[in-house]
Amino acid sequence: MSFISYLKDGISLGSIYAIIALGYTMVYGIAKMLNFAHGDVIMVGAFVILTAITKAGLPPAAAILISVVFCTVLGIVIEKIAYRPLRKASSNLAVLITAIGVSYLLQNLALLIFGADAKSFVTVIDVPSVSLFGGQLVIKGITIVTIVVSVIIMVALTFFVQKTKPGRAMQAVSEDRDAAQLMGVNVNATISLTFAIGSGLAAIAGLLLCSAYPTLTPYTGAMPGIKAFVAAVFGGIGSIPGAMVGGILLGVIEIFGKAYISSQVADAIVFAVLIIVLLVKPTGLFGKNIQEKV
Amino acid sequence: MKTKMNKTTKNNFVTYGIVILLFVIVQTLSATGNLSRLLTGLLVPLCVYTIAAVSLNLVVGFSGELSLGHAGFMCVGAYSSALFSHMTADALPSVPRFILAILVGAVVAGIFGILIGIPVLRLRGDYLAIVTLAFGEIIKNLINILYVGVDANGIHVATTSAGFKLAAGGKKIMKGALGISGTSALYKDIKGQFFLIGVILVLLTLFIVQNLVNSRSGRAIMSTRDNRIAAESVGINVTKYKLLAFTVSAALAGVAGVLYAHNLSMLKVSVFDYNMSILILVYVVLGGIGNLRGSMIAAIILYALPELLRGFANYRMLIYAIVLIVMMLFNWAPAARNWRSRMVEKFKGGKMKKEAA
Amino acid sequence: MAMLEVNHLSIQFGGLRAVDGFHLNIEKGELYGLIGPNGAGKTTVFNLLTGVYKPTEGIIRLDGQDITGKSTIEINKAGIARTFQNIRLFKDIPVLDNVKVGLHNHYQYSTLTGILRLPKYFKIEKEMNEKAMEILKVFDLDKEAHLLAGNLPYGKQRKLEIARALATDPKLLLLDEPAAGMNPNETQELMDTIRFVQEHFHMTTLLIEHDMKLVGGICEKLTVLNFGQVLTEGETSEVLNNPQVITAYLGE
Repeated sequence: MSFISYLKDGISLGSIYAIIALGYTMVYGIAKMLNFAHGDVIMVGAFVILTAITKAGLPPAAAILISVVFCTVLGIVIEKIAYRPLRKASSNLAVLITAIGVSYLLQNLALLIFGADAKSFVTVIDVPSVSLFGGQLVIKGITIVTIVVSVIIMVALTFFVQKTKPGRAMQAVSEDRDAAQLMGVNVNATISLTFAIGSGLAAIAGLLLCSAYPTLTPYTGAMPGIKAFVAAVFGGIGSIPGAMVGGILLGVIEIFGKAYISSQVADAIVFAVLIIVLLVKPTGLFGKNIQEKV
Repeated sequence: MKTKMNKTTKNNFVTYGIVILLFVIVQTLSATGNLSRLLTGLLVPLCVYTIAAVSLNLVVGFSGELSLGHAGFMCVGAYSSALFSHMTADALPSVPRFILAILVGAVVAGIFGILIGIPVLRLRGDYLAIVTLAFGEIIKNLINILYVGVDANGIHVATTSAGFKLAAGGKKIMKGALGISGTSALYKDIKGQFFLIGVILVLLTLFIVQNLVNSRSGRAIMSTRDNRIAAESVGINVTKYKLLAFTVSAALAGVAGVLYAHNLSMLKVSVFDYNMSILILVYVVLGGIGNLRGSMIAAIILYALPELLRGFANYRMLIYAIVLIVMMLFNWAPAARNWRSRMVEKFKGGKMKKEAA
Repeated sequence: MAMLEVNHLSIQFGGLRAVDGFHLNIEKGELYGLIGPNGAGKTTVFNLLTGVYKPTEGIIRLDGQDITGKSTIEINKAGIARTFQNIRLFKDIPVLDNVKVGLHNHYQYSTLTGILRLPKYFKIEKEMNEKAMEILKVFDLDKEAHLLAGNLPYGKQRKLEIARALATDPKLLLLDEPAAGMNPNETQELMDTIRFVQEHFHMTTLLIEHDMKLVGGICEKLTVLNFGQVLTEGETSEVLNNPQVITAYLGE
């Protein structure tokens, strides 16, 4: 039974990674950049919810809504001010380093406003636990919510990208930005939209992450951000189902590693699996193999 | 022909000259008592980060691969050399022991460079970057659970605190997450000279990297960066030269780690995380990809900046972040570049008109 | 024995046979042309000859030596050098150094010799510089030796690619559309250069070209490729007057 219990913990954590990874993978697929600040948007989203509930006394639903809107706008603003001017820069390292700068900026703004000490997150999602097998397996409400929410997001996003006009514009920009532009796709608007969606998802990820692990510091987003990035690469960066599968696998491997091997080397195991996968399949599980034309 | 050779050589010597000049200035300030305690404490770390940045530039700037795991190599160099220093503390006098410690750090980090480079360099671009980051984190994680000690029966290695048992009189050197303590105390007699040693190591690093890139192997490395397929078409073994750059870079990062470890009384693995790798990458990119002198200057200014801003306490990292973003936009955004070249032209044009008049 | 002997050469990408049963014989000292409509598989043949792609079947012999399936590096060492349709220079290093990279395998000293600046370093570097300048002079690029290759005008970039290929001291030179994007004057000049290289370096050359004036002007023999297969081959004048060839180019 402990195996199943670990498995559900792994899937739950993995679902959160998956939601974050979706943001990474969409931004990478379309803007061709690693948005290192993505993880920190999660932290911002969580702080917005916490503040809205504890300081402004708003109901949870309103707090969540405000957080999603806030992060969406934040994502658009970051892209416009910090990344867009560098889109045609001669080295794509430039925008990577700028993203790192944005990450530092968000962390240190949070540090100034909220301080360095860990805040305990409020209970936002109040769903009762489910008890199975006569109490041998207890699934927490938050676990169920996390998994359900991530499945909904995944389905909605797939539908959006494949069936709607802006979604297809995203695919076009991802495939060939210049050609898309020539075909009348508004590239700037499409990239903005991608950042908006990615950052909105980050707010939800922040909510789920802090509900499952209820402490919040300015650095809360950093490590899950990196892990989610690994998950995105794992699944094949740029691929939406890849991010989902990569995220869940990563979560499961991490929890199993902690449970069966050692909690101290769980991260090492996660990274080792990533390396092995990439060596066998250099573009990740669902990645497209693009050969340079000679 | 002559003029070009001279130009590169001259350029190299200017870089050495800057290092020596800075050293002389610092020593003069120090001798006249004008160097604050804070600044004095920064000197050796400045050398560490300069070496790290120059060595990373070899990979990023000259072989054209993005590595996010440089701190991992520093970590390997730091721990292997500190272990060596502790184990030979009674057997060797300080100076030869330190020289050997540097070699140990460089060689061990270089071996890790080869071992990691062989699989990693098969990957391209961002995938390579994430795998180097992964290796850096793995190294950190593994060293974090490693316990090493010596007693009458020899060397003992364990992976848990409970399993770490030595005979009476044994010495525990590496203590898992607690790291290695008391390394700098092993060099009491030369501790005062660490800045000088650091400067010599900076010069040595510059010497190796500058001479390497301006040689046959260096050209081969750059050809793999500029066009992999064309390089192969003229018979360049791309993997070999990418690996060469990666290994030399790793070994030099190891040297930076040696200096770092021996300057501290407490060496903990947690500092060698991906943030440190990223910090070094920031120096390289801001100093100019492929510009060794730029890496050095960026490392000095950007490392010192947050430290010197300590007066602003909470605001310092915020200021640092803003400076970083603004500098990146100013240096790299095509719009900013055009604006700058227009300004330069305007200025030059104005000057020429004046001369004509 | 022919310098280059190719038989039954084929490659399949998924369901597509991009090159199908290709054969070619080039004698030493010949200037040979490979022509055909767009998408006929000409560049794929070059990629097969230079080991960028591995053939699904067939055999390639250079001077009697079987080089089928070898790596690009080994094939270059065996004596085939090439240029690329979409220019592939080492853009961020000087023109001179581009040629010196070509000389890499013929002038050797160890990495350590280079780092330590031992006397051998200075000696070999001097020889390399002299040799590289000699090659650059042939292409009238010696004055631009210290410019970054990426800053050269287009026509000179094409020439530099040939110079770099020659620096590897090949037996066989493959030129992939050397006149693409050149104006008539530049093309004329290029033809003179190719002829000069042929005589001066005793070169054997295989070139892909669309410019019929150039092909007719310098190639002694031609092979015409259509849909991955050899349509016809032979003396240039015969081939160019072959009605099948005209149809293949202009359509029915």
